[in-house]
Amino acid sequence: MTQLAARGVVKAYGPTPALRGVTLDVAEGEIVAVTGPSGCGKSTLLHCLAGILRPDAGQVTWRGERIDTWSEAARSKLRRTEFGVLFQFGQLVAELTAAENVALPLLLAGTGRREARAAALGWLERLDVADVADVRPGRMSGGQQQRCALARALVTEPRVLFADEPTGALDTLTGEQVLTHLVRLARQQHTSVVLVTHEPRIAAYADREVMLRDGVVDTTGLGLERPFAGERR
Amino acid sequence: MSTTHVLLGLLAAGNRHGYDLKRAHDTRLPRARPLAFGQVYATLGRLARDGLVVATGQERESGPDRTAYALTGRGREELDAWLAAVEPPAPYVTSTLFAKVVVALLVADVDTARAYLVAQARAHTDRLRELTAIKTAPTATLDDVVAADYAIVHLDADLRWLRTTLDRVADWHREVHP
Repeated sequence: MTQLAARGVVKAYGPTPALRGVTLDVAEGEIVAVTGPSGCGKSTLLHCLAGILRPDAGQVTWRGERIDTWSEAARSKLRRTEFGVLFQFGQLVAELTAAENVALPLLLAGTGRREARAAALGWLERLDVADVADVRPGRMSGGQQQRCALARALVTEPRVLFADEPTGALDTLTGEQVLTHLVRLARQQHTSVVLVTHEPRIAAYADREVMLRDGVVDTTGLGLERPFAGERR
Repeated sequence: MSTTHVLLGLLAAGNRHGYDLKRAHDTRLPRARPLAFGQVYATLGRLARDGLVVATGQERESGPDRTAYALTGRGREELDAWLAAVEPPAPYVTSTLFAKVVVALLVADVDTARAYLVAQARAHTDRLRELTAIKTAPTATLDDVVAADYAIVHLDADLRWLRTTLDRVADWHREVHP
């Protein structure tokens, strides 16, 4: 069942078009890789789907309801409650420990401090970084920071996880460990994932790959807008 | 790949008979080109003739007699020399994939060359996904992961080349057919 959809989404930055009419469906529990060369619009599409950016034209729907027309406050609430976001780097609050960072979304949603900390510790444990729970980001490795950021993105048990080049700043092995955790936990929770990457090797973890080229879905067949052989779900 | 040296390496861990060697080979080198039992026994015969291994006796369980082999001192020297020799990076661009794209451009139009590149990229992508599924399966051993990694990074490199060449194919065709 389609959970999140873009319909003819158009977005420009001043005179520069980023998306020129993109249509994309994301099913419940589906992991979709959005790929393409630099500047093709893949991050802009992620931002539009996540309600961070408002499209200039076209629609974004969440469970059949248009969200692109919602107020910033309503979209912000949707992001806090239903969506999780993971970027390439620089997401953790430097002054807070790992556990405090992970607990933050729950505290913002009104969860009690003790309960939020317990949930945060549970997620750090699942991501094998419980040992840095009381450490601040500046004293963690890049891989530990990204695992904490992933824990923070998943702590609210979102329906959709948006991941923009989540391993881009990590070495191959560390990036792979983060990605393996991401995919395993998303499948366990039946969380949909929109995974933006320019690497075929990373896209291969997804159920489906959609390639963008110059702001539109590539229809030459290279983007493989179809489930791959050997479906894994 | 040198089957001879792989078998010498497997024997360095302890004496084995042919059946054991074949099983150890398949475990340690998953997704390698299949190694037939006949090839194992023929190789062992050559190694024994050259003094690199020696038969250590017969053992019999429920089936036929099996001859166990041990690495000799000369066998160990040969193995160490092989391991110490750095493999030179391939000096020539000789892949069939590359040759096909060049020939497609020579004998066909841009669209045909492009269609070939797209079809090839699809096949590579599907294989990339199969190998990713193998290495991320809960049952995967580190042997599986390391073997899959080796294939994945090579497929990934080919895919990058295919996609970059797809962007260059029109210019390339103009250069080939001025």
